[in-house]
Amino acid sequence: MKTGAALLIDSLKEEGVKVIFGYPGGSVLPVYDELYDSDLRHILVRHEQAAVHAADGYARASGKVGVCLSTSGPGACNLVSGIATANMDSVPVVALTGQVPTGMLGNDAFQESDITGITMPVTKHNYLVKDAKEIKRVVSSAFHIAGTGRKGPVLIDLPKDVLTQAVDPKDVLSKDAELRGYKPTLKGHSRQIKKALDMIYEAKKPLVYAGGGVISSGASEELKEFAELFCIPVTTTLMGLGAIPCDHPLNLGMLGMHGTEYANYAVTECDLLIAVGARFDDRVTGNIKYFAPNAKIIHMDIDPAEIGKNVCPDVPIVGDAKLVLSELCKMAEKKGCFCEPWVKQVKTWRENHPLAIADDGKLHPQYVIRKLSEILDSGGIIVSEVGQNQMWAAQHYGFRRPRQWISSGGLGTMGFGFPAAIGACFAKPGETVVVIAGDGSFQMNIQELGTVAQYEVPLKMVILDNMYLGMVRQWQELFYDRRYSYTELPPVDFVGIAKAYGIKGMLVDSVKEVEPALRKAVDYEGPYLLDFRIEREENVFPMVPAGAAISEMIGKHCKNAGEP
Amino acid sequence: MNQHILSVLVENKSGVLARVSGLFSRRGFNIESLAVGTCETPDMSRITIVVDGDDTHIEQVKKQLNKLIDVIKITDITENEHVERELSLIKVHADPGIQRSEIMQVAGIFRANIIDVSQKALVLEITGDSEKILAIKDLLEPYGIIELVRTGRVALQRG
Ligand SMILES: Cc1ncc(C[n+]2csc(CCOP(=O)(O)OP(=O)(O)O)c2C)c(N)n1
Repeated sequence: MKTGAALLIDSLKEEGVKVIFGYPGGSVLPVYDELYDSDLRHILVRHEQAAVHAADGYARASGKVGVCLSTSGPGACNLVSGIATANMDSVPVVALTGQVPTGMLGNDAFQESDITGITMPVTKHNYLVKDAKEIKRVVSSAFHIAGTGRKGPVLIDLPKDVLTQAVDPKDVLSKDAELRGYKPTLKGHSRQIKKALDMIYEAKKPLVYAGGGVISSGASEELKEFAELFCIPVTTTLMGLGAIPCDHPLNLGMLGMHGTEYANYAVTECDLLIAVGARFDDRVTGNIKYFAPNAKIIHMDIDPAEIGKNVCPDVPIVGDAKLVLSELCKMAEKKGCFCEPWVKQVKTWRENHPLAIADDGKLHPQYVIRKLSEILDSGGIIVSEVGQNQMWAAQHYGFRRPRQWISSGGLGTMGFGFPAAIGACFAKPGETVVVIAGDGSFQMNIQELGTVAQYEVPLKMVILDNMYLGMVRQWQELFYDRRYSYTELPPVDFVGIAKAYGIKGMLVDSVKEVEPALRKAVDYEGPYLLDFRIEREENVFPMVPAGAAISEMIGKHCKNAGEP
Repeated sequence: MNQHILSVLVENKSGVLARVSGLFSRRGFNIESLAVGTCETPDMSRITIVVDGDDTHIEQVKKQLNKLIDVIKITDITENEHVERELSLIKVHADPGIQRSEIMQVAGIFRANIIDVSQKALVLEITGDSEKILAIKDLLEPYGIIELVRTGRVALQRG
């Protein structure tokens, strides 16, 4: 006989799980008891939100499914923001929650919450397991659903009596679950691909707009091959950074609200927009009426519901980006650069409107990021928090490969970056992992310093400390007449806090200290925290005001980034 | 704006209706009518959803529904030849005498059944398409409708 909890651990191992992030409580005690002598590695975080973000960061860094575990009620509810974050960015996560015994379900029992009901809108799918016989089947379905098609989080709610229920091995339901309603389309329709090719041959000013789908399908090689085949410039979304190397001659960097000027001009001028694994998010398109106004649109996405949701494409292709792009390359007859003047035009824009930073002897965050990029030779894994720090990192770090940039794009969850970076450290031991944070975001899950200390996670923590909720302050400056309503934060001795946890750190408040401090942190074997006291009222530019066309940027190529 | 009738085949499991209806409310789609019950195989249910919207709107509804793991198949039967019915029970004020016989006459014309009789009221059962139900409702209104209940529309493709 085997208990539900033992079956759960077996199933996780069968799925190849090595590490899970969790926090115990009454209803999951049977699982914790099994973990006690299992060789599954469990990382004890300090808050359940961090468990799910860590699982998410693990998944984004490794491409595998991340797993987290919490107790019922308050523990499960603490997962919600993290599940929603993974859902918005299509990250494969399996969240396991304890639940009150089945007999007490619906009675408002102690620490009961209807977590399947609560998370229905923010999961790809979820399960409430009512019989331990089903555990193996449910776990394998959950991993399958989380990690295929448009990836996403799946939650499994496990009542305590199901975890303690003893099952005869011969009664355990077989793993090969029947999911007759779930059949993601992977291969693109060849007639559509043919149509897309014809459209490409006709284009004079084509542009690729690549999103997170390229990263999650592992299609960056194919993307590069495709772009090079026809010599088409590529711009990426925030989620698509790293899909094409920063120094690739066809790469235009990020587009959208804080995109590069040249990318936004290119979108506005192009006559064919090839969207790959991107979803025309409003932070990318600005006012959709003026987005790629002269362009025909080819839209490739694995999720049919994304096609036609925000824009109506001329050629829709449902399928996995990797398969569709390689099919496109294979089917192409005419090849070579047939839009030379356009490529030249784009190059001129790029030369004339670079992302600039001020050179006035003050400590600018962009400089910190560029130095970091230089020191790591555009390597490592960069995880951002949310706010200005995120946009500066996206703009100024040179990403070379996929899964090197981890950031909460869709939900924009403050407090995501720090625990996600911890997860990335477990996914990629041996890689340098850096979290770039604002002082506000860092304080949203600052308790995870405890986790970093306990497991000696060799994470480098870079705080761009402006003593403001900077991004909100920026909006207040630009659109609310500088009325800084509740966005000022008092100075915090972050180095002192790190020290209290036994973690090393350093305060940096001058330009000349930046490089040595970064080197010291990177060279140090364990965790290291750097508190950069940056120019307080620095802004992220260029910026497209909400509702404007993306060609209408403010703060364009200004030398002093402080003034729009 | 058009009315579409979607016939949605789903797994017969708890929570599936909540997933389907939650999807509609979350995305601001208004359900005009919804009927659900098990179907030819006991492990599946068929949901008939009538929803208003233009074509792109309905296209989104279908695509979003298709993303639900428990949804097996969606058929938009609006455009195809189909039969549709709904059932309504109407409790109408009916004093014994002329009034009552008038109501019974109306019921006869509409092929409605009288399924309950009391001192003050009759309960009529009527099946048909929505227009038929609205028509009898209009005719009964002057007598005083006490309560009315409709099942929502069910529909099947012909042939
Ligand atoms: C959980 C959460 N709450 C609120 C917000 C709104 N918000 C977006 S950016 C931001 C300020 C971030 O400040 P900080 O972390 O200090 O970073 P900075 O912008 O200064 O780099 C806020 C409050 C959010 N994105 N997430």
